[in-house]
Amino acid sequence: MDISNAKYINADGEGNDGIEAIIDGSKLYIPLDTANRHYAEILRQVAAGTLTIADAD
Amino acid sequence: MSRARDLADLGGSADAGGLTGRSMLINGAFQIWQRGTSAITVSGDDDFTADRFKGWANGGGTFTVEQSTDVPNNEFEFSAKLTNTATDSSVAAGDDYRWATDIEGYNVSPLAYGSSDAKKATLSFWVKSSLAGTYCGAFYSTTASRHYIYEYTISSADTWEYKTITIDGDTTGSWNRTNGNGLRIYWGFGSGSDVQGTADAWAAGEKWETTNQAAWIGSASATFFITGIKLEIGQTATPFEHRSYGDELALCQRYFAVLQDTTAAYAGGFGFCNSTTKTKVCFPLGVALRANPTVNVTAATIDIRNNATNTAASSVSAAIAQGTNLYLDVNAASGLATNHACAIDPKQNMTFDAEL
Repeated sequence: MDISNAKYINADGEGNDGIEAIIDGSKLYIPLDTANRHYAEILRQVAAGTLTIADAD
Repeated sequence: MSRARDLADLGGSADAGGLTGRSMLINGAFQIWQRGTSAITVSGDDDFTADRFKGWANGGGTFTVEQSTDVPNNEFEFSAKLTNTATDSSVAAGDDYRWATDIEGYNVSPLAYGSSDAKKATLSFWVKSSLAGTYCGAFYSTTASRHYIYEYTISSADTWEYKTITIDGDTTGSWNRTNGNGLRIYWGFGSGSDVQGTADAWAAGEKWETTNQAAWIGSASATFFITGIKLEIGQTATPFEHRSYGDELALCQRYFAVLQDTTAAYAGGFGFCNSTTKTKVCFPLGVALRANPTVNVTAATIDIRNNATNTAASSVSAAIAQGTNLYLDVNAASGLATNHACAIDPKQNMTFDAEL
């Protein structure tokens, strides 16, 4: 899975409630749920040191 | 009535489709293609094709998958057609060419894999290829990291053949039996030596072919058709179970759902504005999703209709699946009227991905 431009979403300053990222060429909105395959892969790549998640705007 | 008569009646019932609910696999007759029935190219990892089926192609070769009306008999309406669209005639050790379906743990838990009660299972399907020879596939657990390679022979090119494969249960490993990945069924097309193993035995790791595998990916424009796939407990392949289109679609929508764009302005979700930058809305779905989904939509194409104003969304977050409702935060840069009601008006399809 090719993941880039991962960034947390925090729309109202109350805490991160998702991640937006480019995955295999598409901009996707990913929930913070380890049962979600995209979030599980993000966590795997972060742990492997090949991906970082930027702070929310 | 004699025992023999009972068994004869049971056999007749099975032939007539009377033994239902046995198949653990979804969309085995390839009725459902929510991502489109035209050719989808597999050229990397996890490229979804027909619902519940995905492919991998790494090493220079590619193939497409599309819905076909080429079928073995009038019992079926559709098959999946795989076509070699870029040949890899010099497969390196790490190259992989495969197609698979993932089955949720709940659906395969009766197999009791990972326990002393593990049961035999039988996979059956119709297949036709332009290249005759020995083909391979595997049963694989992503959580237990266990595999069982099976071989089957396509005796004649371009001829539909029916295959049945029975394997022993696996008594080893920690298998998912809830809403995770319970069992993956692979079909291989000529991968590298890294994923080649021994047939007809459970072993550790992820492998799906033997050295006998036909070099399908090395055969220019090769085709491979398949349909009528069934996985069931036991060592006998019973007739394919034809579910209604509606039932099959609902089973698929547990993993992937599409909210179709409309040509007119109709709302897809309703809720309220929690702040000037965030809505809390509910999208009613027909089926409970397996897990909280990834949302695929261009946020700027979503209008938030609130307090007599249309505001373009900036992002979507907090996708929470509860029952048949999906709760989303549809966010905007500014301008929403806090605590006012709102409607969400998508201008393009939204997809909700809870795939395994």
